[in-house]
Formats: sequence, structure tokens, C-alpha cells
Amino acid sequence: MRKLDIQSIEDIAIGAALLGTGGGGDPYIGKLMAIQAVEEFGPITLLEADEVPDDALVVPTAMMGAPTVMVEKVPSGEEVIGAFNTLKNYLGQEIYATIPIEAGGVNSMIPLALAARLGIPVVDTDGMGRAFPELQMVTFHLNDVSATPMVICDEKGNNLMLNTVDNVWTEKLARSATVVMGGSVMLAIYPMKGNQLKSAGIHGIITLTEEIGKAIRGAKAKKVDPIKAVLDITGGYELFRGKISDVSRRTVGGFARGESKLIGIDSYKGKTLTLNFQNEHLIARTEEEVLATVPDLIAVLDSETAHPITTEGLRYGARCVVIGIPCNSKWRTEKGIATVGPRYFGYDIDYIPVEERVMNKRGDK
Amino acid sequence: MSYRIGIDVGGTNTDAVILDKNLVPIAKAKTPTTADVTSGIYNAISLVLNQKEVDRSEIKYAMLGTTHCTNAVVERKRLNKVAVIRIGLPATGAIKPLTGWPQDLKEAIGNMYFLVGGGHEFDGREIAPLDEKAIRDIAKQVKGVADSVAITSVFAPVSTDHEKRAAEIIKEELGDIPVSLSHEIGSIGLLERENATVLNAALVDVARTTAEGFKDALAREGIDAKIYFGQNDGTLMSVDYAVRYPILTIACGPTNSIRGASFLTKHKNALVVDVGGTTTDVGVLVNGFPRQSSIAVEIGGVRTNFRMPDLISIGLGGGTVVREGSEGITIGPDSVGYRITEAGLVFGGNTLTTTDVVTALGKAAIGDVTKVKDLNQDMLKQTYKKIVSMAEEVVDRMKTSSEPIPVILVGGGSVILPDELVGASEVLRPEHYDVANAIGSAIAQVSGQIERVFSIDELGREGALKMAKDMAIEEAVKAGADPATIEIVEIDDVPLAYMPGNATKIRVKAAGNLAV
Repeated sequence: MRKLDIQSIEDIAIGAALLGTGGGGDPYIGKLMAIQAVEEFGPITLLEADEVPDDALVVPTAMMGAPTVMVEKVPSGEEVIGAFNTLKNYLGQEIYATIPIEAGGVNSMIPLALAARLGIPVVDTDGMGRAFPELQMVTFHLNDVSATPMVICDEKGNNLMLNTVDNVWTEKLARSATVVMGGSVMLAIYPMKGNQLKSAGIHGIITLTEEIGKAIRGAKAKKVDPIKAVLDITGGYELFRGKISDVSRRTVGGFARGESKLIGIDSYKGKTLTLNFQNEHLIARTEEEVLATVPDLIAVLDSETAHPITTEGLRYGARCVVIGIPCNSKWRTEKGIATVGPRYFGYDIDYIPVEERVMNKRGDK
Repeated sequence: MSYRIGIDVGGTNTDAVILDKNLVPIAKAKTPTTADVTSGIYNAISLVLNQKEVDRSEIKYAMLGTTHCTNAVVERKRLNKVAVIRIGLPATGAIKPLTGWPQDLKEAIGNMYFLVGGGHEFDGREIAPLDEKAIRDIAKQVKGVADSVAITSVFAPVSTDHEKRAAEIIKEELGDIPVSLSHEIGSIGLLERENATVLNAALVDVARTTAEGFKDALAREGIDAKIYFGQNDGTLMSVDYAVRYPILTIACGPTNSIRGASFLTKHKNALVVDVGGTTTDVGVLVNGFPRQSSIAVEIGGVRTNFRMPDLISIGLGGGTVVREGSEGITIGPDSVGYRITEAGLVFGGNTLTTTDVVTALGKAAIGDVTKVKDLNQDMLKQTYKKIVSMAEEVVDRMKTSSEPIPVILVGGGSVILPDELVGASEVLRPEHYDVANAIGSAIAQVSGQIERVFSIDELGREGALKMAKDMAIEEAVKAGADPATIEIVEIDDVPLAYMPGNATKIRVKAAGNLAV
């Protein structure tokens, strides 16, 4: 157990942008929410998963909808309190702690803000180890934890409980409700017991994001290469260095799909990298070969500062380093790849772990 | 023959030009920018009028691009006390207004904020009805305390109703108090737009004083011209407009240079490298206008989503100090600035500057060449190579493809750069390059811009775009553009992620020549 203060929140926000792999929404707004909550209600308690009793009730929380809406219709901060009460009464048990369902992007911050406000701990665990666009794309789903009963709530005080036949239905119904409720809502979802959390979650993830943030922030002062610092901490690989030359986006079924192109610089001169994204980066490839695919993490970092860049923040001419980070091993199972592999997103590419792709490439040379 | 006078206040110099009816420059002047800015403007006006005999009564238009507003925010001086009203409850309480503002700036504007019920959803539905009583109570409470009001409503770029109604109530209660409305200032992104709106409200008096000072300066020279202010998108606004939207003057200088470079070379797509006394700013000219930055920009420590030209600025100018030390040759980042004419070696001073280096190498003829003839040639060549590669690196960073593109050199300090640069298809150095910014100010167009969320499912993509274009043209005409010359200069659409229904955010800008 330890406390998270405002500096921890700042660091986690940077790390969360990186694990957001281009999407997940800019954590900036969530960071301000968490900071205000800590200023008003005091620091947040962070527990390790082992510290949670097996029968304690843990309820993850997250925002759902368009980050573009959330940056305009800022949450009230009170939304999830009602949802937690509804769920507590329905399940007949006090809620012991909350966790992020995704450690990447803005959803890294929502549980922190809520935990400060409610005075409950956050557990150092999530269900993705990164960010993904759909509700069933969590390791809890791989372990057959049900997303429901879940509660969707808005700032107006509406809260809607869903009990669905499976997690794919949850995703469909919840997304429709999100639009009616104004495009940005809060969720209390995947209620689970301590023992389920321990077996189904990805542990130590908040601490990892904090360390990534610290490394990026501290690299300049320590005069070390921040990119190398990030690769060391995450066990990632440099895939490409280049300049953003083109970004195209289109909306398909409520998701911003698109691709960005980078022209190689330094030792990558003469090559072009294409990044396909659906909110998050899905595929990184050059003309000749695929360099990395989901569920491995593909992040774009500023080449000088290593600050992560979202697909919305891609700026023409910006010099970037694209890195690939191996995903959690839970995603590398048959069910994991079926849930979040390249084919699920419509790409006719086999999933090969990024480290194997890198090794094969080195072998070629 | 009628004339126009254009003035641009830079960090180092204040420049002035007089253009004739056909927009041909007939006189130009450069004078150091003063701490109060206004006296420098006066100096520039009187200096340029001395360059050429013109009938002063024939000077019909005067355009000013100035740093008054930027300086006021940075120095936290002369700012208005602002009543900050956010319409959005029950939403938005998780982040209060003025979050993240530097404490001294918050205090300088009075640190008063209020949240009231109202605002809209992304599709135009109300989150809650506008709490009119709350607005009326706030008005009573801030009477005599606030001298300006900033109103920001959730999704005001989609529906302006609540902001407009709130402004009416404020006027009913407080009479003729200046009111800044967020939908007229910024785009989607509540906190950043609110910040920009509050800064705008804080600058109302600064803008008014600046306008009056400019008018006086012209009157003292016997000029009775129609006055315009330069905006940071390269277009003009009338005095009335500038007093309502002072924040739009911030960062107009680099924009004026880019526009001036385009005018002088007739190029519409190029990179513009503006070398001043202290810095080199590189911007991108796209269809005759500066490319805008897509990321949040900070003004005086406050994050805004305010439109700004996309620039990279490096510490390399005509007055940049060159040193030879144990780590080899270093260039800048400090500069002697406008003191170049006393401090530089070629002017009899003691400081080695970039201007001295190019003069010593015979690449420019400035000041007294004999003062630098004994400098070590190897050192000079190395330094020069460094200067050129610094410029080439920024050029490369701003380019979006590996194809070479034209590079236009402007600004008084651009003598330090060569006629060939790696990555440039050609390097242009137009006549009057040294006052391109003042020319950009004088020739600026008038524009209208809109930004809104449209539903593609309802209107279709073409329908939505057409509606957006028509609205932008209407805005341009309102701002004073000649309808016959209006063109759509910018279209940008961003789909809203994670949401069905194909909602998309469209931004369109239309611009035309000043209707004279």
C-alpha cells in the first residue's frame, strides 16, 4: 500500500498517454479531474492486488464515449457515485476498491479521481495493460468475468443498469445508450471479487505507468536518452524513426479509423512507415514488412522528449520514434488474439509477437 | 492616389511601410521597438513619412500588427477584472474555471468565477435549461467589481443560444459592460476555449488604449485613416472588432511575415523563413495563408486552443552572439537585439555577431568591413556552416514531404542565410524582404470563420460542407470583405471518435480583399 499524490498523478498521466498507443483520449482532462479531487479530498491509496481480500468487491470505473465530447462537456465528478450506490444496493455488498479497466489514455485517471472523492483505494491492476476501443477487450473477459451487472451514468443523474447475455451485447447496448446520454458517460462495470481480480487482471500497471512518466520527465535532468529510458522500462523495441507526412481519418461505425505516414530519417532514410489506427494504433508496417500489430503496443513518441503523441495530436513534420512494446501474455492466448488480434480489426495479418518480428528482421541482416 | 500604411511591431524592431493604391511599396522604415510599444509605433510612422513626400490626406487606411496584448498578458499588467461565468451545470464541476492558471495572473484578473446551469450536448440538445436567475444574481454580485465578463457555455460551438441569452441578461443588469462570448473566440475544448475567452475579456481595455494611441499617433502626423488591426490568421479586423476580440491580435507578427512573403513573391505554397534580430521563425505557407498549429498553445502560462500559426522558432538572428570556447563555436541563443548597430563589430562594437561573420566572409556588405578583416577565416567558415545547418534543420522539420519546396527568406536578419539551402527547390529573397511583416500587415485580407459539429447522417457530407462554407462566407462579408473576392481558404473536418451517427467537426475559413 502506498499513497499517490499530485506528482504521481502527473507522472501516471504521461505514462498513460504512452500506453494509450495513440488513442484512449488525452489524459490531460482526466489528470485535472484527479488533481482537483486530490486537492479537495486528499491523497489516494494504492493497493497491490495481493492486499485485496478474496471476497471483497472491486468495481472498475471508466468513461465511455468520445474523448472529443469529454473535453467539451467536462464531467461533474459526481456521476459514478450514483452508479456505485446502485451497484452496491443491487449486489448487497460494500465496494472495497476500484481499478481502471484500461491503464492507457484518459481512463487511467477516472478511477483515481473517483477514489479520492469516495475515499476508497485503487488497486494497481487493470484489464488491458494498454488502451482498447471496446468494452469486451479486457482480460477479465478472457477469464469469463461478466461485464454486467453494470451501470452507465451521466452528469444529469441518470443511471442505467444493464444485465446482458454476453459482453458483446454489453458493448452494443452501452454504446447506444452513450449517444442518447450525451456522448460521454461514466461506467461502473465488471464488478468482481478479489480472487477474480487476482487471476484475471494485469498487475502493477499503475506503477508501470508512473515509472514511464518519471523516466520521461527525469531523462532531461539526468541527461539520458528518454527514448532509451522508456524502452528499458517497458521492454520495448524501436521500430522506426521518421517525420509525420500525412494523416487521414474517417469515421466508421463510431470509430475514428485512419492511417498516418512517416518518412524515415536517420538510419530509416528512404523508407516509409504506415500506421493504421482505430483510435489506437493497430498495425505498423513499411512497404516491405509488418513491424508490429495489436495486441502489442505501438506508440509514437516525440524524438527529442519521448513525450507520447496521440493520433489527434499528430503534427505534420513532427519528428517521432515509433516503438513496439510486447503486450501482456494474457493477450497472447487463442482467445486473447481472437478478441483483440489483427483479424478482429479487419486486417488479414497473423499475429506474431513484436519481439519475434524484430528478431526475424535482425536475423535477415 | 490613395495610400495605406502598414505597421508591424516585432520583438526587436517596429517596421512601417506605405503602399500605394496598387499595393506597391513606396516607402519603408525600421526603428527599435520601445518598452511601451506605442512610442515605437509613433517613431516608425514619423520616420516612414519622412522617407517620401505623400499627401497625408490621401492615406486612407492604416493597419497595425502589435504586441500590446501579448505583453499585457505576459507582464500581468493593465488587465481588466473579469467575471468568469461557465454555463454547464450539472456537468463540468470536476474541473473548476481558471484551473492551471499561474497564481499571479489569476489575481491580476480578479479570480472570480461562477458555474451555472445550462449548456448543450454535442448534438444541440440542452444539458439543462439556462439558469437565468443565477446569471442575474451574478450580475448583481459583480457590479462595480468586474469591468469585463467572460461567458463560456458547454458546446457553444454547436449552439450559441445560452451564451447569447446570458449576455443579454448581463447587459440588462450591468449596462454597457464588455462581454466576451466563447463561441466567438475558440473551438471545441471547454477549458482551453474558456481560458482564451477569459484572456480576451481581460484585454478589452488594453485594446481600447492601443487603438486610441494609434489613432492619436496618426492624427499627430495629420493622417485621418480608417484603422485596422492585424489578426493572427493573417486577416484584418476593424477597431470595433479588435476591441471586442483583442486576443485575436496575439501572434499576428509571424503571420504578417508569412503573408507578406507570399505577397512579395506571388507564391502560395512555400516555407517562409523570417530572420529577425533575435530569432528565426519558420512557418508554412499553404494556399496563401499560414498553416495553423494543431496542438494546444500556451499564452502567458495559460493553455488555450486558440488558433495560432504553426511555427518553429530558434535562437538565430542577425544579432545572435557568436562565441569561441573550449567546446568549440557556439551560436546564441542570446542576441544583442536592436543594439546590433552599436554592439556588432562592423558597427564599431565589441560583440561578435552572426552579421559580423557574414560580412567578414564577404557574403553581405554591412557597416565597416575593415573592422572584421582580421578574424580567423577557419573560424568564420565553421561558424557560417553552423548557421546554415541550423536553418536547414528547421526547414527540414517543417516540411511535410521529402520533395524540395520553395523557401522564402524575409526579415532584416535574413542576410545571414545563403541563396541555397538543402531541401529547398529555390531560395527567394524578394525586394523589401526586410519589411515583409509590415507589408503583410498592410495587405491583409478580411476573413470569416466558423467551426461547428455537423451530423453527416442528416445533411450528408456535401450538404454539411456547403452549409459550413456559406456560413463562413457570410461571416467574412460581415467583417468587411468584398464579396466578389471571397474564397474559401481553409477546410478542416475531424470526425468525433468513439461515437456512432457520423458527427463531424467542420471548420471553414473564408477570406477576401478589404472592400474599399
